[in-house]
Amino acid sequence: MNEHTNLLIIGAGPAGLAAALAAAPRATRIVLLDDNPLPGGQIWRDGPQAKVPAQARQLREQVLACTNVQYYSGTRVIAQPGPDTLLVEDPERGWQIRYDRLILCTGARELLLPFPGWTLPGVTGAGGLQALIKGGIPVHNQRIVIAGSGPLLLASAATAKANGARVLRIAEQASGAAVAGFAAQLPRWPRKLLQSISLFDRQYRTASHVLAALGTDRLEGVRLKHKGKVVEMACDRLACGFGLIPNIQLAEALGCAVEQQAIAVDAWQATSQPGIYAAGECTGFGGSERALVEGAIAGCAATGNRQAAQQLWRRRARWHGFASALNNAFALDPALKSLATADTLVCRCEDVPYAALVGHRDWRQAKLASRCGMGACQGRVCGAATAHLFGWQPSAPRPPFSPARIDTLLCLEETGDA
Amino acid sequence: MPDLTLDGRPLRVADGTSVAAALALGGDGCSRTSVSGQRRAPLCGMGICQECRVRIDGRQRLACQTLCRDGMQVETRA
Ligand SMILES: Cc1cc2nc3c(=O)[nH]c(=O)nc-3n(C[C@H](O)[C@H](O)[C@H](O)COP(=O)(O)OP(=O)(O)OC[C@H]3O[C@@H](n4cnc5c(N)ncnc54)[C@H](O)[C@@H]3O)c2cc1C
Ligand code: FES
Repeated sequence: MNEHTNLLIIGAGPAGLAAALAAAPRATRIVLLDDNPLPGGQIWRDGPQAKVPAQARQLREQVLACTNVQYYSGTRVIAQPGPDTLLVEDPERGWQIRYDRLILCTGARELLLPFPGWTLPGVTGAGGLQALIKGGIPVHNQRIVIAGSGPLLLASAATAKANGARVLRIAEQASGAAVAGFAAQLPRWPRKLLQSISLFDRQYRTASHVLAALGTDRLEGVRLKHKGKVVEMACDRLACGFGLIPNIQLAEALGCAVEQQAIAVDAWQATSQPGIYAAGECTGFGGSERALVEGAIAGCAATGNRQAAQQLWRRRARWHGFASALNNAFALDPALKSLATADTLVCRCEDVPYAALVGHRDWRQAKLASRCGMGACQGRVCGAATAHLFGWQPSAPRPPFSPARIDTLLCLEETGDA
Repeated sequence: MPDLTLDGRPLRVADGTSVAAALALGGDGCSRTSVSGQRRAPLCGMGICQECRVRIDGRQRLACQTLCRDGMQVETRA
């Protein structure tokens, strides 16, 4: 059951949805796919404990109403069986999609760094906790500590509180001066200023980071360092994330150039590979407004509407300014490189401790010697962690890009469209 | 309101609940046992870390990216 499409879009977050809508008037057939059960990406998640904002709902409805847009949910990319072709899989089947143009809107994931106790049940990412709560995880009356870096900590705290949690502490690793400097620039983007005022929390502390998650079988408390002092708090959940990192694995596997850990694009959102565009957080972290405008530019450019694309450049420049202010303010403190101790597991898939990794020359050598990065997540967590800890460059992923069923891999053999 | 089975026990959840949430609503929140025998629970909540993989109707799937459906059999110790 293979198929052909003029435009294939990977990821149905703000960037992918905006790209589809912008491309719809000029493309005969668009395929939009995403590995989540519903469109909306990281930020717009529906669930028993979440409602998507009206503007987002509208965008989603507009896209799904386009008769030339085919949307596949719960679908992930497994391999590249040939030129301009991807093998994909949903819960039921695997098949090949051949495309004329491709737009990568794969978004970003959280940077999760190892510290003692981080494998205990009860410890999650910061944005991770927000996503899990939106999906229905109960947090009513639970004591929650949120730690790490970036504005996502406040967003996650707001979701937890709205669902009845007691947020005991929000520990931001950046200095008070850095955060204040960022806040002082916010009036340039009034919408963001309003958002941050509404998110402000009395338990927010700067120059604060996690030292350890405490407990035996599950989380019982957390040890933090605040302005040089060590504090311990009993809690039910620790949500810890150190900012967002672009998802570049698929782009790398397709041969697209990468700059500063993000997919490199030109003014048209075109990558270094002919016919392949990229938009949104996979080209650099910067929030949903930036993702929306980049997606629209990519959708226009990929369907030959350069004039419409160019008209959006100014808006994009404005949100790129916001992105750089954000990234400068929340740069990571080198002290975070020494959180893991000898027996802290760095690779959670293969249970590889820190001690088994020190002394290796690079990612490849460490991987072969220790199995670090050879498990189910394929180095998406530990590869980013060791890049931060040791400066290793993870290698471009090999197929399957995510764990796949045998019957899907058998579709690699098929050629031609049905 | 889907009715499912979690490790042999019946569980009813609200519409739109993820299997990751069902693990916490109907059990201790854990999803799998690691290669060295530790119990683990969902970490990233977004399909990256694979800590949440469970057996759903006989197939390995990510609990955080799967919605609960009527009649689903979810196993965390398979
Ligand atoms: C948990 C979380 C919470 C956030 N909350 C906020 C917030 O409150 N406000 C804000 O401004 N920003 C927030 N952000 C930042 C947010 O990522 C961006 O604002 C915005 O969602 C970026 O849009 P995007 O379309 O580029 O990527 P995303 O929204 O990340 O969408 C990418 C989509 O592609 C899918 N995908 C990736 N790779 C593949 C593949 N290989 N196959 C199939 N599908 C794939 C992903 O699952 C995802 O659904 C949050 C980020 C995270 C991670
Ligand atoms: S919690 Fe990480 S993949 Fe589901």
